[in-house]
Amino acid sequence: MSEPVKVAIIGSGPAGLSAAARAGQLGLSHVLLEKTDHLSDTIFKYQKGKRVLATPERLDLRSDCRFAEGAREYILGNWDEDAANNKVNVAYHADVVEVTGEKGAFAIKTAKGDVIEAENIVLAIGTQGNPNRLRCEGNDLPHIIYQVDDPEDFKDKHITVVGSGDAGIENALGVAEEALENTVTILNRSKDFARAKAKNVSDMMEAGENGFMSIRTETQPKKVEPGWLTLETPTGDEKIQCDVIVARLGSVAPRTFVESMGIEFTGPDREAFPKLSPTFESTVPGIFVIGALAGYPLIKHCMNQGYDVVEFINGNTGLTPADEKDLAAVFATLPQKKPVSEWLEYLRERVRIFADVSPLQMREFMLDSKVAYYAKGDVVFEKGDPGSSLFAIADGHAEVEVGPGITVPIEQGSIFGEVGLISGRKRGATIRAGADGIFVEVSRTAALKLMASVPGAKRVIERISLERQLLQIFKGGLTVEDLQGVVDEAEVIRVPAGKIVLTEGEQGDDVYVIRSGSMVVEKDIGGKPIFLRYLPAGSFFGEMGVLSGQPRNATVKAAVGAELIKLTGEGFRKMLDARPQVRAATEAAVAERAQMNDFIESRKASYSSAVDLYSDTASFIMKEGLGEATDALLIDENLCVGCDNCEKACADSHEGLSRLDREAGKTFAHLHVPTSCRHCEHPHCMADCPPNVIHRGPDGEVFMEPGCIGCGNCMRNCPYGVIRMEAAPPPKPGLLSWLLLGKGPGPGEPSPKWTKKQLGDEKPKKIAVKCDMCKGIAGGPACVRACPTGAAIRVSPEEFLSIARLDEGTN
Amino acid sequence: MATLFQRRRNKATHVERVREQKHEGFLRYAGFRWAKISGALCLLIIVSYALVDVTPRHNGGSWYGYTLGTIGALLILWLTALGYRKRRMTSDYWSLKAWTSAHVYLGLSLIVIGTWHTGFQLGWNVHTLAWVLMMLVILSGLYGVIVYATLPQALSNNREQMTQMQMLEAIRAFDRQLHTAAQPLSPADTAPVLAALDEDPFAGNMVTRLTGRYPRCATAAALRALQSRRGGDAEIEKVVGLLQQKEAALTRLRKHLRIRALLEIWLYVHVPLTFALIAALSAHIISVFFYW
Repeated sequence: MSEPVKVAIIGSGPAGLSAAARAGQLGLSHVLLEKTDHLSDTIFKYQKGKRVLATPERLDLRSDCRFAEGAREYILGNWDEDAANNKVNVAYHADVVEVTGEKGAFAIKTAKGDVIEAENIVLAIGTQGNPNRLRCEGNDLPHIIYQVDDPEDFKDKHITVVGSGDAGIENALGVAEEALENTVTILNRSKDFARAKAKNVSDMMEAGENGFMSIRTETQPKKVEPGWLTLETPTGDEKIQCDVIVARLGSVAPRTFVESMGIEFTGPDREAFPKLSPTFESTVPGIFVIGALAGYPLIKHCMNQGYDVVEFINGNTGLTPADEKDLAAVFATLPQKKPVSEWLEYLRERVRIFADVSPLQMREFMLDSKVAYYAKGDVVFEKGDPGSSLFAIADGHAEVEVGPGITVPIEQGSIFGEVGLISGRKRGATIRAGADGIFVEVSRTAALKLMASVPGAKRVIERISLERQLLQIFKGGLTVEDLQGVVDEAEVIRVPAGKIVLTEGEQGDDVYVIRSGSMVVEKDIGGKPIFLRYLPAGSFFGEMGVLSGQPRNATVKAAVGAELIKLTGEGFRKMLDARPQVRAATEAAVAERAQMNDFIESRKASYSSAVDLYSDTASFIMKEGLGEATDALLIDENLCVGCDNCEKACADSHEGLSRLDREAGKTFAHLHVPTSCRHCEHPHCMADCPPNVIHRGPDGEVFMEPGCIGCGNCMRNCPYGVIRMEAAPPPKPGLLSWLLLGKGPGPGEPSPKWTKKQLGDEKPKKIAVKCDMCKGIAGGPACVRACPTGAAIRVSPEEFLSIARLDEGTN
Repeated sequence: MATLFQRRRNKATHVERVREQKHEGFLRYAGFRWAKISGALCLLIIVSYALVDVTPRHNGGSWYGYTLGTIGALLILWLTALGYRKRRMTSDYWSLKAWTSAHVYLGLSLIVIGTWHTGFQLGWNVHTLAWVLMMLVILSGLYGVIVYATLPQALSNNREQMTQMQMLEAIRAFDRQLHTAAQPLSPADTAPVLAALDEDPFAGNMVTRLTGRYPRCATAAALRALQSRRGGDAEIEKVVGLLQQKEAALTRLRKHLRIRALLEIWLYVHVPLTFALIAALSAHIISVFFYW
């Protein structure tokens, strides 16, 4: 056993390395424990020459190690030098298996059996976990890899993928791409592919049928040799050629390990992080958690935290975090001047949703937020504006314009804008500052994070949003007090796409409010479901049953996954009885709907086939996910001549890359939904963007600002396959020199061959490319402008049905 | 995310974006706006031609003829500019559909403008050559309008949500399966299958492409050869089955290529003839001024 150290750092990634370098600089006794034989394994495993980006740009680097955008080799080389220069004491092959003891006397046991004693522990192990290894002879050979960075690194090889989860299938599909001419085999120990997504399984089966890969079930590797792999199959052993083995057998998540030390997490769900103090100390005194494990996936954050945490351990409590300057900038425009910490405390005291937020979380939320001073009467946002951020009132009050000249105040400490946050729809009312005051605008991502990590904040936001939504729907002088009973009994339910909520003919008096997603209303006419209506988020249904006491007169089902607020008929009736005006307004709305139903029914008799087609087209549109779209490109194939000018225009309006694939996608009744962004209400791509660069723009477009790190999360999360990972091609000669002199590849996206020839050996960084609805281009979307025949149209959900109407010719 | 702070700053520079929402084809564009304009122009020319008294008679050299000639020549140049407009992605608002609509109807009006410009004096000279070329361009364009209006539906029906790449991949997949399935066959039976495997789906000249008839299709030949050998042999049955599937896939691809060719072929007449027309038109204008 060696001498006890002041601090042991587990994990030599950017966070751990930076911490060790700081300790080295300060002359603290320390040890950096790394389980492999090199520093920073995650980055080490990047493909050769991969560019590593240094985002966020505005954040200053505070570390004894260097870091700037550059190739993987350059960064790793720098770090090796920095580790040596800062006298970092690294212990390689030190795979920590157990931590015992308490602050001042921890004992860290490694897989080799060594025990290291330390006063403090800095946990910087990241979130990758340990990949499970093959368990057969030869499992230590170097041609076994555990991840595929770029399928194009493999050409004309015999590749065997072991593991049948999503990761394995995606890797196999990647390397099985025909142009790469690989011979790909995927092995599955069991008979079926139960662990993978249905889409991946069907893609793989298709590739198997087309001969792009061979799929072997009930088969596992038995012996690995260079160039060969012996398989154990149901019919005996078999030896196949194999140059590369991709092992995707899952990994041991670090959470179990972390929890075994006694560290508590903020919640049971996957997104939860360890509970931390402002100095990164976990619930176990003496153990500090930094980096990706603490919820900071970006390299720069990690390195700064490594520096800070060692300073804290060394007793430098006066250190302000590196984001101090950025936070100061957030508060800089306010009329009063206060230090950052006072401002944070001011907000926590005055705003209800911030009450339970820890100081460390508060710093982070404020970095993603804006604070501004409003003079009395200033408009915060207007009705119909797009926007999904949440506002909190720190000082003063806001006024909601509910009707011409009628305003309702929102008091200090409360919030507004939550409807946009939850439903993704446009703003429902204009809001003005009621007095001179200070409002905080929290971005959608930060607000969702807040709700996920602070249960108290979530409860407040949900309650307020429910009350507001109901007030907005049932106007007519309703107050929050009237709603008390209804809201207390209300229940939020989630329904998957296609699920029937109300069935025609059944008895029932519950009323539903659509919080997010959308519904379709259908009526059974002559044994066929006839599409009646599309209900967007913010509308309600089921009220006819309460008013008339009759059975349901139509079926309502979810067009996409949706959230509903279920109100009991009893509570709803009481609310109506308390406010006669509300009852009158609701009855009027009901009458209007009933009229529409009768109209459809009467037309059905005379135009039965037309109504059928209308109904089928509408359900096709919903099935293609357009129910969650806010603006989608459709192509009328009665008009499309296949010239692909839309794709060319798209490429030429952006960096030479087309964001749409006209020919791909589904078609019904000559209405074609090409592979192109639908600008979803709740963009799946936004869900997990480490640098947080995907946003919704002022025209409702979902776009990416610069700063993409090329991780590909958005591409994988998009259910419609509309995001590409691609590097922008080099600039090409102008249109005239192509037209007159034949120079360059001409309009549209240049062929990969041309691009390759221009670039030579250079391999530029691939980043995510998606439709931005031609943001910032005054003429509007280029695909539509450039369509010579009028086949390309962009539509929002309200317009889909007019497109589905077939009573007018278009040619 | 629409942050209001950005919006406030940008308010002064925020340009109102234009949004094309109407769902209508280029022929119906804006309620047949260009058809109406073009029709009115033709009517105006025909009526004024009858009313205006030019001595000794109407011809290209009168003031009336010069007027029509100038309008016609400028119109031809503007119509040619569609090829540039289509490819030039400027950021201001324009609609290629509107341009196409105007191109079609104003192009058709050239029949009247050009012909009435001649004063119906045609002969064997460069002037008439320009007129003939113009009429040919218009005729090829007319063909284009007709196929644009009628063929897209057939293209869409035929491809059944498949892309051209997918059609090719399907054929390649059948080829791979055929390659394996044909292994146990006798050399005599394998030969036609191998010929079918070697067949390039894109082979064939312009005539086969446009007619969609491939009399020397190796897949069809292999199918004929092996069908005659059928009779209980499971291996041959399997190959025949695959060949039938491949033939169906080939038929779809060929029909796809045929319709696309029909949609494009006229441009190979329309565009070169336009340049020939501009050359003849220049000769016509220069000669007119030279012999003034």
